[in-house]
Amino acid sequence: MAPDGQYAPVGIGGGARGNDENPIARDAPPRRGAGKGLRSVFRDNLFKDAKNSILTLVFGAVILFVLYRTFSYVFITARWEVIYDGPLEFYMVGKDFRRTGISYEMLWAGVYTAVLAMGIGSGLGYDEEAPPMRPRARMAMIGGPMVGIVFILSMTRTITPTLLTIGAVGALVLGNQLGRRMPQGVRRRSAWILLAMTVLAFGLITDFTPSNIDEFGGLLLTIVVAFAGISLSFPIGVVMALARRSTFPLIRPLAVGYIELVRGVPLISLLFMGQFALGFLFPPGSDLPGPIPRAIIMITLFSGAYVAEVVRGGLQSVPAGQIEAGKALGLSPLTITRQIVLPQALRNSIPALIGQFISLLKDVSLLVIIGLQEMLGIVDVVLARPEFTNQGYTPEAYAFVGTIYWTLCFSMSRAAQRLETRLGVGTR
Amino acid sequence: MTIVEQEIHTPTKPPLYRDVRVLRWVFQVAVVAVVGYVLYRLYDNAITNLESSGLPTGFDFLDTQARFAIPGLEGSAEYSIRKAYWAGYLNTLRVIIVGIPLCTALGVIIGIMRLSDNLLVRAVGTVYVELFRNIPVLLWIFITYLVIILQNLPQITDDVTPFDAFVISNRGIGIPWFNPDADLLTFLGFVGIGIIAVVGVSLWRRKVNEDTGRPSRGLLYGGGAFLIVVAIGNIVAGNALSPDPAVIDGRQVGGGMNIFPPYIGLTIALVLYTASHVAEIVRGSIQAIHKGQAEAAQAIALSTFQRYRYVILPQAFRIMIPPLASQYLNITKNSSLAVAISYVEITSIFQRVSNNATPALQALIILMFCYLTFSLGISLIANYFNRRLSLESR
Repeated sequence: MAPDGQYAPVGIGGGARGNDENPIARDAPPRRGAGKGLRSVFRDNLFKDAKNSILTLVFGAVILFVLYRTFSYVFITARWEVIYDGPLEFYMVGKDFRRTGISYEMLWAGVYTAVLAMGIGSGLGYDEEAPPMRPRARMAMIGGPMVGIVFILSMTRTITPTLLTIGAVGALVLGNQLGRRMPQGVRRRSAWILLAMTVLAFGLITDFTPSNIDEFGGLLLTIVVAFAGISLSFPIGVVMALARRSTFPLIRPLAVGYIELVRGVPLISLLFMGQFALGFLFPPGSDLPGPIPRAIIMITLFSGAYVAEVVRGGLQSVPAGQIEAGKALGLSPLTITRQIVLPQALRNSIPALIGQFISLLKDVSLLVIIGLQEMLGIVDVVLARPEFTNQGYTPEAYAFVGTIYWTLCFSMSRAAQRLETRLGVGTR
Repeated sequence: MTIVEQEIHTPTKPPLYRDVRVLRWVFQVAVVAVVGYVLYRLYDNAITNLESSGLPTGFDFLDTQARFAIPGLEGSAEYSIRKAYWAGYLNTLRVIIVGIPLCTALGVIIGIMRLSDNLLVRAVGTVYVELFRNIPVLLWIFITYLVIILQNLPQITDDVTPFDAFVISNRGIGIPWFNPDADLLTFLGFVGIGIIAVVGVSLWRRKVNEDTGRPSRGLLYGGGAFLIVVAIGNIVAGNALSPDPAVIDGRQVGGGMNIFPPYIGLTIALVLYTASHVAEIVRGSIQAIHKGQAEAAQAIALSTFQRYRYVILPQAFRIMIPPLASQYLNITKNSSLAVAISYVEITSIFQRVSNNATPALQALIILMFCYLTFSLGISLIANYFNRRLSLESR
C-alpha cells in the first residue's frame, strides 16, 4: 500500500520540504480508491509496484497463450461432429432410451415439472431482507453457466433444444415468482406440494414404470441416479445422525460403525460389491434387481453415511439453549427433536446437502467402471460407432461431457454459496 | 398450602411402562434386536448362497493361486491371492506417498494465488479451482491418461532415450535407479540412520548455539553427518548408489525403474483434482487468521515470502489439519479409480479376485480392512500434528 501523498504532484509539495511535511498533501484525500476509475483499478490490481507488474506481465502472457490455444482448439482444430451428428441423443438419454417407449414430450413434461418445483422452492426461500448479491458474484453465478449452456446448445445444431432450454429457464423464473407470492395458507403446505411435484416429475420421466430406468443412459441416467441416491439417503442420514448424537449407549455404536465403515472405503468398492456380492445377501432363489437399481442401492448406502455427517453438523449448529428451552417448557425429548431441533438443523444443513448432491453427481461417473452407460460410459458407446472409431475423437467427447458436468456442478455450488449467506449459517 | 405441597412432593413411582429409564432400554434393546436379526439373516443368506454355489465360506482362498498377472511384477502370475493383495497394497501406497505431498504443495500455491493482490494471479487461481473442482475426478483421470499421456508418449520403437539413462515410451518411463546388485534394504536402513543423525546433530548444534552463542551451522553439520553415514551405507550395501540406467530391452523397458503410464496419469489427475480442494482449504484457513497478523508482518518489513512462511502459514496450518486430513483420505480412496485405467492397485486386485471363482464377500472384507489401515494411518498422523500444533490453552 502506497503511503498517502506519494502520488501528490510535486508542484504542490513546496519543493524541498518534501511531501511528509506538506499540509496540503496530508489533508488531501488518499488517491487509492477515491476515484473508482478504470485507471485506479488497473493501478491497484495490476501495476502497483515493480514485482506486481512483472507478475502481471508473466501471468498475462500465460493467460493469453492458454486462451489462444483454447480458442483455436474449440473453433478450429476440434471436430465437433462427434457431438452433433446424431450422437447428441446418446449423451442426453442413452442408447436404449427408445426401447422404453417414453416420448420426448413426456420426458420434457417431467423435466419442466421438476424445474418448476425447483423454482417454487427457491421462491419460497426468498428473503426480502437478505443482503443483495455483490455484482461480481452475480456475474459469475449467471455468466459461468451461460457460457456452458451456450456451448452445449451450439452443439445441438437444431433449434428445438434451445427453445426447450429457454422454456426451462422461463419455468424456473415463473416458479420463483409463484413461490414468492404464495399465500400464507398454501405456504404452510408447500412441502407437500413440492413433494407431490417431485414424485410427479419422476413419474413422468419414467412413464410411471420405474423399471424403465434400466434402459436409461447418458445425462438422464446420471441425474436420475444422483437424485434417487440423495433423496433415498436423506432419511437414512437423518436417522443415523440422530442416532449418533443420541445418548443411547447401545444404538450410538451402530450408527458410528455404519458411518465410519462406509466413509472408510471407496465408493467403487461398494459398487463392485453391488455387482458381485449383493446377490449373495438376498434370500436364496429370489429375483435380483437389475444393475442400475443395485447401483442405486449401493449409492444410497454410501451417500447415507455422508448425509449423516452433514446433518450431524446441522444438529451441532443448533444452540443448546434451544433444547434447554424446550425442556423448560416440559416438552418430551421426541417433541423437542421433531419440532425444535430438526427444523433448525435441517435448514442449516441445506447448503452442505447441495454440496453432497454435487459430489454425488460427480461420483455417479464411477458407474462407467461397472459397465453402465452414464455420461462417461456413453462416450465409449459413441466412440465405438463405426464413423468415429479410432479417429481420435476422444478429446472432443470428453470436453463435451466435461462441460455438461462443469455447468451443472458450478451453478449448483454457486447457488449453495448464495443460500449459505442468505440463511446466515454460522452467523445467526 | 402444606397439604398441596405434600401432595406434590409425595414420591410416586411411575408404572414401568411410563418410566423413561425403562422405556429407553426397551427401545434400545428392540432396535439392537431388529438390526441383529437383519444382519443374521443377511449372514445366513450369504452362507447358504455361497455353499450352494460351491464357493468357500472362510478365508482359506487367500492361499490359492491368483490366476492373474500384475503388470510390472515378474512371476506375479504364480502369486497367491494373499501376495497379490500385498502387491496391490504397495501400489496404492505408491500413489498416495507421491500424491499427498504434491497435492499439498500445489494446493498451497493455488490457495495463496487466490489471495494475491494481483488481479491476473487471482483469476488464474480461481479458474483453476473452479475448473478442477466441478468436473469428476474420473473424467480428469481419463483426460490425463487417455488423451494427454497415451497420445503424446512416443512408441517404444522410437528409441527416445535422453542421456542414455532414461527411456520415454508408451510402455513406461524408465529412470535410473539404485544398483540392482546392491543390498537396497541395508542401504535404506543407513539412510534412515542418516536422517536420525541429522536430527540429533541439529539438536546438538542448536544447544551449542543457545549455550555459547556460537553460530549453530545446523545445515553444514547435519548435511555432513548425513553424507558420511550414507557413504558408509553405500560401501556396506555394495555400491548401491552407482546408478542402473534404464535401457530399452527388446520391446520393454529394462534396467533402472520403470514408471507405468497409468500410474503417471492417475497420480497427475489425482494431484490436480485434490489440489483444487486443498487450495480452498488453504484459502479459507488463511482468511481465518486475524488480519492484524499479516499487517504486523508487513509493518516489520517482512517480504511476502517471509510473511507467509513465518507468520501466516504456521498459524493457518493449525486450522487446516482436520480438513486436509479428510482430503488426504479422499485422495487415498480416489486412487481406487485406477481400476478404470488398469493400474493394478488394491481395488483392481479386489475386482480381479472377485471376477475369478473366489467369494466376493470375503474379498470385500479384506479390501475394507486395507483401506481402514490407510485411513487409520492418516488419522494418526493428523492427530499427532493436531496435538503438536494446537494452541496451549490454560
